[in-house]
Amino acid sequence: MNACELAATHLQSPARRYEKVGVILEQNGRQPQRLIPILQAVQEEYRYLPEDVLTYVATGLDIPPARVFGVATFYSHFALEPKGKYCIRLCDGTACHVKRSIPILEAICRRLGLSAKRMTTEDMLFTVETVACLGACGLAPVVVINEEVHGQMTPEAAIRLIDEIEQQEKVQA
Amino acid sequence: MNTQPHELPVANMLMGAQRRVVICAGTGCMANGAMKVYAAFQQEMADKNLPVVLELRAENDNHGKTAVTRSGCQGFCQMGPLVTIFPENILYTRVKPADVDDIITTSLVADGVVERLLYTEPGNGHACRGTDDIPFYTRQQRFVLGDCGTIDPENIDEYIRNGGYRAARKAFLEMSPESICAEMVESGLRGRGGGGFPTGRKWEAARRQAGEKKYVICNADEGDPGAFMNRSVMEGNPHSVIEGLMIAARAIGADETLVYVRAEYPLAVQRMRRAVRDATERGLLGANVFGTGCSLSCEIMEGAGAFVCGEETAMIASIEGQRGMPRPKPPFPAQSGLWGKPTIINNVETLAHAVRIIRQGAARFRALGTAGSPGTKTFALTGHVANTGLIEVPFGTTLREIVHNIGGGITGSDGSIDPAGFKAVQIGGPSGGCLTREHLDLPMDFDSLRGVGAMVGSGGLVAMNRDTCMVSVARFFMEFTQRESCGKCVLCREGTRQMLVLMDDIIEGRADERTLPLLKELALAVQKGSLCGLGKTAPNPVLSTLRHFPEEYEAHVRDKVCPAGQCTALLKPWINAEKCKGCGKCAKKCPVEAIDGALKQPHVIDQEKCIKCGACAQSCKFGAVDGLPGGRA
Repeated sequence: MNACELAATHLQSPARRYEKVGVILEQNGRQPQRLIPILQAVQEEYRYLPEDVLTYVATGLDIPPARVFGVATFYSHFALEPKGKYCIRLCDGTACHVKRSIPILEAICRRLGLSAKRMTTEDMLFTVETVACLGACGLAPVVVINEEVHGQMTPEAAIRLIDEIEQQEKVQA
Repeated sequence: MNTQPHELPVANMLMGAQRRVVICAGTGCMANGAMKVYAAFQQEMADKNLPVVLELRAENDNHGKTAVTRSGCQGFCQMGPLVTIFPENILYTRVKPADVDDIITTSLVADGVVERLLYTEPGNGHACRGTDDIPFYTRQQRFVLGDCGTIDPENIDEYIRNGGYRAARKAFLEMSPESICAEMVESGLRGRGGGGFPTGRKWEAARRQAGEKKYVICNADEGDPGAFMNRSVMEGNPHSVIEGLMIAARAIGADETLVYVRAEYPLAVQRMRRAVRDATERGLLGANVFGTGCSLSCEIMEGAGAFVCGEETAMIASIEGQRGMPRPKPPFPAQSGLWGKPTIINNVETLAHAVRIIRQGAARFRALGTAGSPGTKTFALTGHVANTGLIEVPFGTTLREIVHNIGGGITGSDGSIDPAGFKAVQIGGPSGGCLTREHLDLPMDFDSLRGVGAMVGSGGLVAMNRDTCMVSVARFFMEFTQRESCGKCVLCREGTRQMLVLMDDIIEGRADERTLPLLKELALAVQKGSLCGLGKTAPNPVLSTLRHFPEEYEAHVRDKVCPAGQCTALLKPWINAEKCKGCGKCAKKCPVEAIDGALKQPHVIDQEKCIKCGACAQSCKFGAVDGLPGGRA
């Protein structure tokens, strides 16, 4: 989804925009204790948790919006900002850290022009995150792009992966 | 040919197939391309019409079938993708799709061995044929991990044929809840999630609680950075976890179980879901377990990325759809847990051990390990060792055995073996501490480690070589716990933050003589003033490194030098005037224009402007830039 498409989803009619949330709420029996699985499913659908959708969830579960926001902001998996099409997750677990994961992060950020403040590229293609541990320590350092795990990384190899994706995107466009 | 049929419990039972190609499909091997290798095998075997070829070999192939299957993590992750040929038990490492043709021709059609794909021992260059030959495996004693890597995790029949669900059957049909708890107490099993609380006592406490509704939760929220034992068990043998849950549920009288898995483990989630579905279809879970009329359900819940949820009361809050914040104990979950009902929470590995205890009896379990900590323990061995991966050894095993024999020795920064490179091992993740050279011969168990200021924790072992800065390792853990603090207790929330600020002062050269005493004082306050395990143990990495490596802290604070050359802010790169030819290349490469000098004259780095990026050292053809460690260049 690029920026234009993303804007387009905001312009959808409310009925269409919340249709999928309604289905998710039904699947979970509108039970407030299922809040976390509900938010996970919503995020799967929208790629992040838009504020208005969170309010809709609160109303649908008949709980205060504050509780929904409280849960959404507590857990690191929930994103309140839209994410790029490719989510690059760099593992900074102990094993990856001692095998020098930070220079890889620095290289990726330099390559994409990102900083600690802004971790998504303007064209909404890449989001860069660090995660505590992906449990693939035998392959440290590890970079995961969407679901694909890339082990024994170096700054150069990480840049190559980004180049490949950009190339691929250009071809598709 | 060296066939050893006694070592092949599964191979002979599987579909009558004699030859079996097992491809490890754990996260590690999959990342290295195991599925491509799997596809290549299927393609090539079909192309070559291989079953017919094998059928011609009457001497050891009566059924004419070769099965290619996937397995869970075999633990030897760094060497993946791993391909094992049964019954010969030949292990091929780092297999690529291009090697498949060679393996088929040499090892399946003929009886040969593809030498170039065998594992070679670092140090002596000995080529090892298989798991009975590789020290990484021969020095382990695998029980929990025993079937990981041989059985197909997505095939319930294989688990059953291999003795699976027999312990659950025994628990439901032949044992009373009292006798199950008694057996567990007798076994002396202690919780493998970190605390080491006796499992039998926990079960007994929950069993004695009155009330119809009780819950069993499997804690698979393995959040410690550097630990992946639970992931491997769930990926490699998911049914053992379900069987453990069934036994626990029978012991306390629960009818609902739940597995709380980290969302970072998509493959484990997928395999656990599949396993629950298959077990339900077989009637192992559901309304009438083993025809006893008892009902039992199992739900898989994905976590949402909060380390604190590994703490039992926080996990319960999370399952109830709340922010994952711990609450004071007592009441313990065994008295009042999920929805206020008696609940037991056990780690994945604990449940897998419970299966074995019920199947084989407490005495067999106690035969290994130490008196206070019986049985075996899985460890995730990572960091600067030659063989990283998943291991299982009895309690009481020494660090030397693990690091030097199983791990194959310490590797230096260039990846080669460095016999004198051992500096420390960090054990127990952000709650643990470090072990040094003086602890190499300490038999490790719950009590001995606590005695030296470390802990077993969940079992992450990160080996570190002499180029590692212990201060920056401690800062790494501090940053982790500071970020993961749930914010409930002031001393944890604010204390860890201030400790991190102090650690930053140390590694960035701002510390003075007041910093270390203040850091120690604060560490003790955070320990005392926090409610749950996260806060209570958060200062451990700092305290432990302060205790074992005071001279490194002193060097950072007093001399503003990082002995390992890792702390960027303390680096002082300079240009060796004798080597510098004045070509000006470094000045051009410098992103902040910190290098100055006339052409053909030695150049100089302005320390005020320098950001220590290392670009100058990389660009210099004459090696004239000094003061930057090799790793950074």
